[in-house]
Amino acid sequence: MTDDEAISADLALRVERLLDDVDLARIGREDFLGARFDAGLAWVHFPPGCGGLGLPVEFQELVDSRLRAAGAPEHLPGRNGIGRGMAAPTIAAFGTEEQKTRLLRPLWTGEHEYCQLFSEPGAGSDLAAVAARAVRDGDTWVVNGQKVWTSSAHTARRAILVARTDADVPKHRGLTYFICDMTDPGVDVRPLRQITGEAEFNEVFLTDVRIPDADRLGEVGEGWRVATLTLNNERVAIGGGVPREQGMIGKAAQAWRERPELRDPAMHDELMRHWVEAEVARLSAVRMRQRLAAGQPGPEGSAMKLTFARLAQAISGFELELLGADGLRYDDWTARRPESVDYTGRGAGYRYLRAKGNSIEGGTSEILRNVIAERVLGLPAEHRTDKDIPWKDVPR
Amino acid sequence: MTDADLLYGDVEEELRASVRRLLAQRVSPAVLAAAYDEPAGLSALWRGLARDLGVAALLIPEELGGVGATAREAAVVAEEIGRAVAPVPFLTSSVIATVALLEAGDHETLAVLAAGEATAALALGFGAAAPPVAATVKATPAGLSGHVATVADAGTATVLVVPAEGADGLELHTVTAPGPGTTVTPVPSLDMTRPVADVAFDGAPSRRIDRGDARGAVAEALRAGAVLLASEQIGVASRCFEMTLDYVRQRYQFGRSIGSFQAVKHRLADLWVEVGQAGAAARYAADTHARRDPDVAVAAAVAQSYCGTVAVHAAEECVQLHGGIGMTWEHPAHLYLKRAKADQLALGTPYEARSALAALVGLPRA
Repeated sequence: MTDDEAISADLALRVERLLDDVDLARIGREDFLGARFDAGLAWVHFPPGCGGLGLPVEFQELVDSRLRAAGAPEHLPGRNGIGRGMAAPTIAAFGTEEQKTRLLRPLWTGEHEYCQLFSEPGAGSDLAAVAARAVRDGDTWVVNGQKVWTSSAHTARRAILVARTDADVPKHRGLTYFICDMTDPGVDVRPLRQITGEAEFNEVFLTDVRIPDADRLGEVGEGWRVATLTLNNERVAIGGGVPREQGMIGKAAQAWRERPELRDPAMHDELMRHWVEAEVARLSAVRMRQRLAAGQPGPEGSAMKLTFARLAQAISGFELELLGADGLRYDDWTARRPESVDYTGRGAGYRYLRAKGNSIEGGTSEILRNVIAERVLGLPAEHRTDKDIPWKDVPR
Repeated sequence: MTDADLLYGDVEEELRASVRRLLAQRVSPAVLAAAYDEPAGLSALWRGLARDLGVAALLIPEELGGVGATAREAAVVAEEIGRAVAPVPFLTSSVIATVALLEAGDHETLAVLAAGEATAALALGFGAAAPPVAATVKATPAGLSGHVATVADAGTATVLVVPAEGADGLELHTVTAPGPGTTVTPVPSLDMTRPVADVAFDGAPSRRIDRGDARGAVAEALRAGAVLLASEQIGVASRCFEMTLDYVRQRYQFGRSIGSFQAVKHRLADLWVEVGQAGAAARYAADTHARRDPDVAVAAAVAQSYCGTVAVHAAEECVQLHGGIGMTWEHPAHLYLKRAKADQLALGTPYEARSALAALVGLPRA
């Protein structure tokens, strides 16, 4: 038996044991997830005691698929992606033993849903320019400022927060990273109504919010390095594992097939161009996964996001034109607060408007092109005028 | 669709390395530019590729003296030929004519092609995406008669594989060129690295080679051509991208490398994305062809629609971002632009590919 086979056999045994120990018919979601965490089967690549077994990440799929096949409770779809996907790896990398023990379990079970307090009105693409201040007061920090584009802030119990702790040093060096309790009375969450009419995001006003120093992640002044790890884990919807005609092109193709009266021969070649581009993007995603599996990780992630945004916008716009007069109708302008987001859900008008965010959220397309040009292609960096001067002296 | 392998194996990478090495030794911008001023016969370059590396025999089965490889390996050769804009009849003779002969069952001619002694050309206009509804050449007891315009690499071919209209429909014949009753007239071509010629038959003696399905044989030949043309196109595109990236790094204006301007670097970033993704499309086409996956028809149409246009875009960006030098005869950018644009028109335009695709995926025009 090779090492890998031995690990797989051991994991399979651990999964069996977990399933034997619980009564799937009766156990609640949070309790089962807690038991799974305690068995080291939450994320196998995390250290023992932190929900893991210190194994290579490739073995996670074995656990996930076996538990799924057994019908074990899973996380609520679309919930706490920021917690599990971004906060958890950051806590695992920068947290003290005490922090890891205290924070990771409730994060995993869903008891603590997380949101992300990073962006501000004055710090979007230039995230290192955050102005929210954290001032030390004995064993606690007092935070004042305004955050924006915070999804799930209204349901989250915890937040990952980047705040300025030193304004006298250049911007990247004066930041510190915290775990913020969203139930603190100084946290004021207000829905941010967006272009689609709904309020998927929030503005968060922080007034004298008190954070114990025990909830600081990483050293004082090290916040940029910690936040970079969080952002590197920001997952991009790349059109998944993916059958043909998923996403926006599926909607446009469906309309073309099901409503022959809409077929305008003058639009046909454009439809097919979009179809081809969507298929090429799909093939690129397939190839990216094959490269990863072959141990050849590449920089295609940013390419996929650029393409995804461009196609989502182009195709959703095309779909409205295809619908003609029907495109003049909109399904619902109510200021709803959706619990999860489906880019291809709802009506064509919603799809068109929501897609506008695809080239802004999670790194604008312009920033992504800079990233590709500088980090992948090795072209010279942009000239920066704010790099070596104290944050307080940067023009704003 | 799920079994596709879009990566390259070790053997494929070795083949790539030897083809690249040989092309680097023997193809220079001066050699290429000479193709425009003094069109030559079959070059020493082709003999090196065909005899020393065996690329002419790649798609020919071993029992016929060939290598018995698939489109996956041929695609690697096509990529390298594209990168070098090499003036060799690989696509026309070793892919398109070879597949036509294979499908028709002409083993005798294949043995000659495998040895690299001769090349063949399918006597069909290079813009054709599908077998002709009615061939312009007639097969009669007195020989072949008729005219075919714009046949790629016909000027150097010693065997012409001719779709001809017989009494009961399309037939496939071979004709030795030059020969009695056969006239091949080279014409100035947009891309002189793959020159086209007009072919005229006037009672030319021929040998009928098909066994009743000439149309199927020609269709298969054109599909193999389309699949491998896409790989050639990503070779062209990759090289244009690399030349441009190198240039914008080292070209200084306004006291900065021009690659530091966002107006330039963003174009390079977009082009990098396009060229990379075109690679996935071309590889999928080659892989489905190699595995005889029924999805090859869709894969070929997607690749044909996408890769040709990306190659043209890359060549156009190459000219533009090189500035004045990109417009000169001296700089190789023009060789790539001409090859890219000609390739985009070959074996059917992207518009025709999308029309064909629409029928395959159930999205009719009206």
